[in-house]
Amino acid sequence: MAPKHPSDTARPLMALLYDKTVRSIIYQVLVFGGVFFLGWYLVSNVQTNLDEQNIATGFGFLDREAAFGISESVISYSPQDNYGRALAVGILNTIKVSLTGIILATIIGTLIGIGLVSKNWLVRFIGKSYIDLFRNVPLLLQLFFWYALITNGLPGVRQALNPLPGTFLTNRGLYIPIPADNPAWFWVFIAFVVGIIGSFVLRRWSFKRLEATGQVFPHLSVGLGIIVGLPILTWLLFGAPVEMNVPALQGFNFKGGLNMSPEFFTLLLGLTVYTATYIAEVVRSGIQSVPKGQSEASTSLGLKPSWTMRLIILPQALRVIIPPLTNQYLNLTKNSSLAVAIGYPELVSISNTTMNQTGQAVEGVAIFMTVYLGISLLISVFMNWYNKRMALVER
Amino acid sequence: MTSMIPSQARPTGGTTWKRSVRWLRNNLFSTPLNSIVSLVCIYVLWEILSALVGWGLVHASFSPSKEFCGEVSGACWAFVHDNYRFLLFGTYPAESQWRPLIAIFMLLAGILVSMNRRFWSPWLAVAWVVGFFVMYIILGGGVLGLRPVSSNNWGGLTLTLILAVVGIAFAAPLALILALGRRSEMPFVRVICVVFIEVFRGVPLISVLFMASLMFPLFLPDGVSINKMLRAQVGIIFFQAAYLAEVFRGGMQAIPSGQYEAADALGLSYWQKMSKIILPQALRLVIPPTMSTFISLFKDTSLVTIIGLFDLLAATKAAINDPTWRQQYIEGYVFIAIIYFCFCFFMSRYALYLDREMHKGMSH
Repeated sequence: MAPKHPSDTARPLMALLYDKTVRSIIYQVLVFGGVFFLGWYLVSNVQTNLDEQNIATGFGFLDREAAFGISESVISYSPQDNYGRALAVGILNTIKVSLTGIILATIIGTLIGIGLVSKNWLVRFIGKSYIDLFRNVPLLLQLFFWYALITNGLPGVRQALNPLPGTFLTNRGLYIPIPADNPAWFWVFIAFVVGIIGSFVLRRWSFKRLEATGQVFPHLSVGLGIIVGLPILTWLLFGAPVEMNVPALQGFNFKGGLNMSPEFFTLLLGLTVYTATYIAEVVRSGIQSVPKGQSEASTSLGLKPSWTMRLIILPQALRVIIPPLTNQYLNLTKNSSLAVAIGYPELVSISNTTMNQTGQAVEGVAIFMTVYLGISLLISVFMNWYNKRMALVER
Repeated sequence: MTSMIPSQARPTGGTTWKRSVRWLRNNLFSTPLNSIVSLVCIYVLWEILSALVGWGLVHASFSPSKEFCGEVSGACWAFVHDNYRFLLFGTYPAESQWRPLIAIFMLLAGILVSMNRRFWSPWLAVAWVVGFFVMYIILGGGVLGLRPVSSNNWGGLTLTLILAVVGIAFAAPLALILALGRRSEMPFVRVICVVFIEVFRGVPLISVLFMASLMFPLFLPDGVSINKMLRAQVGIIFFQAAYLAEVFRGGMQAIPSGQYEAADALGLSYWQKMSKIILPQALRLVIPPTMSTFISLFKDTSLVTIIGLFDLLAATKAAINDPTWRQQYIEGYVFIAIIYFCFCFFMSRYALYLDREMHKGMSH
């Protein structure tokens, strides 16, 4: 009998090792084993460490009395309330500053973005300088700068700056007049919402009619009329209240009007100025992505300029603009967490206080990470939906 | 990069004077509306520039001593003279400050060398690893007769640069692995990469840093501790790697599937296919977003201020909290804003240059 060659037995094994499926299974088992072991090791360490420090795990602490004050909140809050409510205040404050910031940054960013494609060299120069300047300096530094400028640089309440009638700028924040309390405003707001819904319904209907009969209905102008007209009509029905609640100096501080604390004002200013630089670039690239030939072709087909804009240019520009714009909204929301450094009580700041008081670091970090992840996922779900709707349908 | 702004036809002929007049007419005063806009812009620019120049130069005191600052209405640059060592080196022992200075120069030299495409080879990576090692020895001391200095005393610009450069050096390879993993055909590997990327992209960096500073010690066995700087560094690397991974993935997706198929048809292995065919093309495509991720990494190092590390921003904050310099907060912040600006602006210009260079050979 011929001696067996050693490679005869080894070969099937080696061949197995070179098989694609087998190899991928081996890789995955290795990765899974590694991740599983690491996770188990970390969790067991956390358990031992927490037991040693006598910290009970779990979210029971949310029901305990918070016993710390929060300087501003959308809902009522007092130090006797529990940690759960304090965190809710933080979430609402995050939403408040993010939403306001998103609106302001979109307006400013769009204006600058349009300026970047202007024919006027000076306008382009100012736009570019603004972007270069504010984009290349860390946001945290900008926040510190604005905060120092507002709290140290602005005058006290008695010498308040008065840039516009009824508006006061002091080291205690910004005071602006708001319409005086009147039931009318609530119904005006309702009318506004109804107007928006109504104009959407109208748009649907006008498209259906266009497809069925070929007749064009001016849904845009009529819709705009409903959105603006309905609130005005409601306002008139309530006897057109014009009374304003103007801030006035009383004792040591201003009373009345709308007060933005220095912290809120700083954060809003910083987030707006910083994010607007990114939005401007997004808007510019969107506008420039539409070839000039498109508008020329549309004009030569005899479309009105407003139709060219609405039907040809905007849909193509928005396809490029919306995804990165949404990313910037998300960034602004996440960047609002820097408020922890200047003392605006948003989610991270309040979680931080909670963690310091209770020692529940794992739960605290878990809570605010979950909230932000939730916001991110919501936005990305919306994005995917919108992308599908807007995306170019190719063969 | 080609500018899409319709460029005005280049005026030819005529004297310089005539040409400038024509340029002005075409670019600034083409229509009455345009002229009004231009005048408003000139006014705004004039107001801003005269205020800045007046404050920073004309009415400023450049004397190294603070006593003359009361006499001027502008900036008091004595702040910089008195604090620059503190801003550059933090609380590093004064007599050993040549050590962080060497570290800064090493980092800057490394960056400058790496920017030159002639030096791009595997040896560069080796040189970086060796360089980091030498730098840690110089900074940390404890051998060769160097006094040991705890990393808690590394601060100022030194710390900012270390966090940024080490962050970039480690985030990029990690991002590459994550991006490959996310596009892998192995479901389990893919899921892990997706979860890692989405979690880190979905939360603010500050929460990652909090996790590193508050939670991470809980993960370690009893008696083992990793210093705060290293923990923050790991947090920064993970966070930016997640962002960078998406950038790389975008580049890989942009490569036509014919390239993948051709590589397969040639019988190349997975790693050959990736390293020789796909990645060189994909990475070239994503130079601009990669560089902006690096820029944001550089800016984001300032966030370690919040968890109590002593970087450039924290040092400045400490300097202006000193009663002597309480009035000079604007000078302090403006000074380091210029430093941050120089680095970031430089990086963005380099990105433009690199993008142009890399596409030179590609257009016909």
